Order: sequence, then C-alpha cells, then structure tokens
Amino acid sequence: MSVLAPAVPLTAEERVSVASSWRLIWWRFRKHRLALASALVLIVLYVVVLCPDFFSTQDPEATDARLAFIPIQRLHVFDGFRPSPWVPDVAGRRNPTTLRMEWRVDESRRIPVRFFVTGYPYRLLGVVPTRIHLVGAATRDGRERLYLLGTDRLGRDQWSRLVHGTRTSMTIGLTAVTFSVVLGVLLGGISGYYGGPADAVIQRLIELLQSLPTIPIWLALTAALPRDWSPQQVFFAITVILSLVGWTTLGREVRGRFLTLREEDFVLAAELAGASQGRIIVRHMVPTFLSHIIATSTLAIPAMIINETSLSFLGLGIRPPAISWGVLLQEAQNIQTVALAPWLLVPGAVVIVSVLAFNLVGDGLRDAADPYSQ
Amino acid sequence: MTRYVLKRLLLLPALLFLFSVTVFAIVQAPPGDFLTTYVATLASSGSSISAEQVEALRREYGLDRPIWVQYLKWMGNLARGHLGLSLEYQRPNAELIGERLLLTIVLALLSFVFTWAVAIPAGIYSAMHPRSPIDYVLTVVNYVGVATPNFMLALVLMWGAFAYLGMSVTGLFSPDFVEAPWSLARVVDLLKHVWLPAVVLGVAGTARLTRVMRANLLDELNKPYVTTARAKGLSEWRLVVRYPARLALNPLVSTIGWYLPALFSGSLIVATVMNLPNIGPLLLRALINQDMYLAGSILLIYCFLTIVGTLISDILLAWLDPRIRFEEG
Repeated sequence: MSVLAPAVPLTAEERVSVASSWRLIWWRFRKHRLALASALVLIVLYVVVLCPDFFSTQDPEATDARLAFIPIQRLHVFDGFRPSPWVPDVAGRRNPTTLRMEWRVDESRRIPVRFFVTGYPYRLLGVVPTRIHLVGAATRDGRERLYLLGTDRLGRDQWSRLVHGTRTSMTIGLTAVTFSVVLGVLLGGISGYYGGPADAVIQRLIELLQSLPTIPIWLALTAALPRDWSPQQVFFAITVILSLVGWTTLGREVRGRFLTLREEDFVLAAELAGASQGRIIVRHMVPTFLSHIIATSTLAIPAMIINETSLSFLGLGIRPPAISWGVLLQEAQNIQTVALAPWLLVPGAVVIVSVLAFNLVGDGLRDAADPYSQ
Repeated sequence: MTRYVLKRLLLLPALLFLFSVTVFAIVQAPPGDFLTTYVATLASSGSSISAEQVEALRREYGLDRPIWVQYLKWMGNLARGHLGLSLEYQRPNAELIGERLLLTIVLALLSFVFTWAVAIPAGIYSAMHPRSPIDYVLTVVNYVGVATPNFMLALVLMWGAFAYLGMSVTGLFSPDFVEAPWSLARVVDLLKHVWLPAVVLGVAGTARLTRVMRANLLDELNKPYVTTARAKGLSEWRLVVRYPARLALNPLVSTIGWYLPALFSGSLIVATVMNLPNIGPLLLRALINQDMYLAGSILLIYCFLTIVGTLISDILLAWLDPRIRFEEG
C-alpha cells in the first residue's frame, strides 16, 4: 500500500475511478461467468501441457497388439458407499472367425484406482526423474492396467496419448499466435507509425497474403516439408506456416491504432518532453491497445488449433511418432474402425471443448478490454 | 465507381502473375521431383524401372531443365489455355480438373444457400427475442458450431449413419452412377447425396453468420427510426423485416465474396474425409505425389477464385458504402 492510501474506506464509485485499467478489465471479465469458467478449463489444460507424463497412466508409445481396441472402462467413484474409485476388469478373447480381440467387461473383478501411484519412469518438467503418476491402477503385480479412454489399434493407451497430444496441440496454438502477434505488432507498428513507403509496401504485402487461399496454400507448404525432418523441426515449421497468414489481421488492426494514436495529445506531450521514439511506442502507445491485442490473439488461437488438427488429420501436419490431436484423430479416419471403437473420436471432443473455451475467454476479454466503455 | 472497378481489374493480371510465381515456387519446393516419388512408389510395390528409363522420362517431361525454363514453359502453356498434362494420370489436367470443378462449385453454392437460408432467419429471430429460451439455445448451438472442425462433424455423422442406420454416407453418387454419363437420373442422384456434405461444410459459417446478424440487428433495433415506425403502429414483423433487417444485412452482403472462396478451400478437407469426387482430394494426391503441374494448376485456380471473390466483395462494399467510393475515388 502506498503512503497516500486514504484512511476512510472508498465508496464503490471512488474505487472504480482510482482503479488501474487492468483492475477494471479484471472486474469486468469476472462478471462474465462463462468466460471465467472457460479460463479455468484453459488453465487446467495448460497445467497438463506442462507435465503430460505426470497425468498419463501409461507410456503413450508402448504398443501391444494383444491389447488392441480395449473399450473405455467406466470409472466408478464409490465402492458400495465408501468413496474408493475402481474400474471393472476387462477380459479379452480372440474371435475364431474374425480373428479380432473381443473384450468383455467383468464387473465382478474390480481394479482399484488410486492417486500418486508408481508407473513408468519419466522426468518431471524434463528435469526431476520420477515414477509417480497422478492416477493409476493400484495392483500388487502390475498386470492389471487402467484404460480410462480405451486403446487404439496398436494397443496404445488413448488417455495417455490424448494427454501428450494436448501438449503439442495447445502449444502449437499458443506459439503460432505469439509469432503472429510479434509479426503483426512489429510490421503493423512500422506501417502505422512511420507511414510513407514502408506503409505502402506492408499494406500491399498484407493484401497479397490475405487474398491467398489459405487452406490449399497451407497444404502445399506442409507437403513441401522434407520427410526426414525431426518432429521438432516439423513442429517449428508448422508454427511458422500457420502464423504466416495469421499476422495480417492483427497487423492491420495495430496499424489503425497507431495511425489514430499518432495524433493524440499525450504522444505530442511525450515527444516535447524529449522521450525517445522507442519509449513513446513501448511506454505510451502500446499499453493503450495492449488489452485489445490480447483479446484478438486469444480469439485467434482456436483457429490455429483447428487448422493444425485438420492438417495433421490429413497427414500433412504433425507426423507420428509425434502426437497431436490431429494425429490421434487420424486413427478415426476409417469409419469401419470407428464403428468398432467409437472412443477413438474422444480427441475430437477435446478439440471442441478447448476451442470453445478459447472462444468464450476471448469474447469475455474483448468485452472487458475497453474498461471505460459502457 | 467505374474508375474504382477498372483500377481493380487492371491489378488482376499483376496479382495473378505474383501468385503464379509463388505457387510454382511452392510446388517446386519439395526435394526431388515427380519421378523420385514415382520410383519410390514402384520400389515399394516390388517393381522397378531402369535408370536410363527414368532419365528418358525426365527429359520427356522437361524435369531436367532449369526451374525458370520449367516455369516459363508452364506459363506459356497457361497463356494458350493449356493446363498441361498430369504426370501421374497421364491425362490433360484440364480434363481432370474440369469434371471435378463443377462438383466443387455445386457443393459450395448449395452450402452457401443453406448457410444464408438458416442463418438470416435465425439471426433475426434471436435479435427480436433476445434472452428468450430459443435465443439461448441458438447461442449455444452457434458456439459449438464455430468450435467444431468440419471434418470432425463429417466423421461423427458418417459414424452415426454407419453404426446406427447401417448406411454409408460417403461420396456424391450411388455406386450405379459413379461412372455414368450425365443424365437427369444422375443429377437427381447427386441431389440426394450432396445435401449432407453441403450442410457439414456450412455449419461453421451458419453459426458465425447468425451471430453477426443478431449483433447487427440488435444495434439497429435501438435506433429512433425503429421507435418511430413502432409508434406509427406498424406490425412488429413487417417493421423489422422492412427497415432494420435490410440495414443489418448490408455488412454481410459485402462479405459474400470472401465467403465463397473460403467454401471452396474449406470443402478440401471435408471432401477428403467424405470421399467426395471434387477438387480437394485431387489436389491432396497431386501434392503428395509431386504431380506439380496438376497441383500448380489447382492452386492457381483457387487463387483466381479467391481474387475474384475479394474483388466482388470490394465492389459490393464500394457500391453499398459511399465513404469507400470517395476515399478511393
């Protein structure tokens, strides 16, 4: 608290008039219940992004053809009346005519589910070696295992793969938008602040990029990525490709803001006070529309996520062995397989939930971004 | 107005030239050429081809020439109206694209009609009854509609139809009509199949359009002229449709040109999932097999459609909004 803090408690009206603009934005955003709940969903998803292995129940790469297409085991929270979560065991038998494994849920044999169990070794946050996982089957011999979302055609645990896919897909959305924001603010800023020939060139460039048919061009660009690139290289390239077009909308918006702000009195005052150009831009101009940039870029993330998922789904984006939501949905491409194992569509539901959350948070931010409007 | 349109039309060839260079650079970018992919495919299927034969083919297709020669050759052919020969299908590209382009356009137009036929009434209803139960339902549907990738929707519908109704909803024709020549019966068969992909393709756009229409109309409904009209005793329905709805439509009409090209590109992914015989899967295959003249031609067609679309919306916008006309004047 500063020394100047008033001794008498402020009335509501006074509190509003002395609050910082960020505080006002927060107050407004808070009133948007759905946006607040969505923000919570996003926080949970990004916690998962930080340490997917901790949330996995099994090694996402571990294949076992004998464990293919195990259905979802329904999680029971109560054992009788005692809160003690368990899942029913599944027993498989190979059908002699179709040669397919057929799984039967055996409700009589219960596999207890516990928190903080030991499982496959990994490094927490890439540093701390550990074997502790958030949930898992608590059995003595370790033979019985937990398949929260079933398994795919190679017997890989879908829950663990989904958790790892979340890391890739959510990160790609965020980094691609960060790239676009940097490009958009930089080029839009130059365009709007300096005007003249720089403005003309950048505006033509934006027009050119915006009249490209995005999806076909993205496909062509991703198809051009060398087949022998490492997953990290591909990841980086996809991010750049996605943001190549993404920055243009933001660039236009930033330019417009700079054009109007350039004429404002407070900019002139800063100039007369001898502030450097860099200081005027960073200290005086950017903060006035920073909240708008944040809202706009939040609304741009879902498009990036959908695009990445679509590209990977077509086999042109993220490639296996890397895991993303699109890669997971590739398993669901064959409709006969989906009819047999509908749980392969679950990653699609996660895509929808996350995109929905981003849209709602973005809408909430956009409404809250201008704290002085009614 | 005429000057503005003329100016834009004069820019068209320049834009197309720039795009043709970009497109050619992109389809040229993958390492190797069509023949390396071709040899690899042959090898994986167990057969092989001698090195001399590969060289002979490379010379025949002109793949051994410098890139700019290849580009000039392609452009020269384009200028004379030849789209070249598909290396993979050994058929003229114009023929391959032609039959599929028609289906692509039919699909996009139908989807467009669906979008507007649903979104405008829904938007008007929502704006006239804000915070009513139906408005809330529509809002939820819209949010989910925007959030669902259209290939996901296609997958779920295909799965539902297959698992519960035992039918396959892929393709645009029944098996009897796939190879048949065009006839009335074939058109009827097409109409029986095309509506589902058209709806799948249109859902996200419908959701977006409904929200914009609702917001625009809500802004208009608060204006004094609406109160005046109401005070004069005009019935609510006539009042809304006659004045504010038309004004709220203006900004939407001007974006038609942006929306159509987006539909053409959007159908690419849905078409691949639903196995529709339109231009999308053809492009995908051409890109993967490095059939570069086919891929290049398709990409250029997409570019052309997008430029024309943007041009149409800019002209519509200038026509509807005098401020833009004078500024550019």
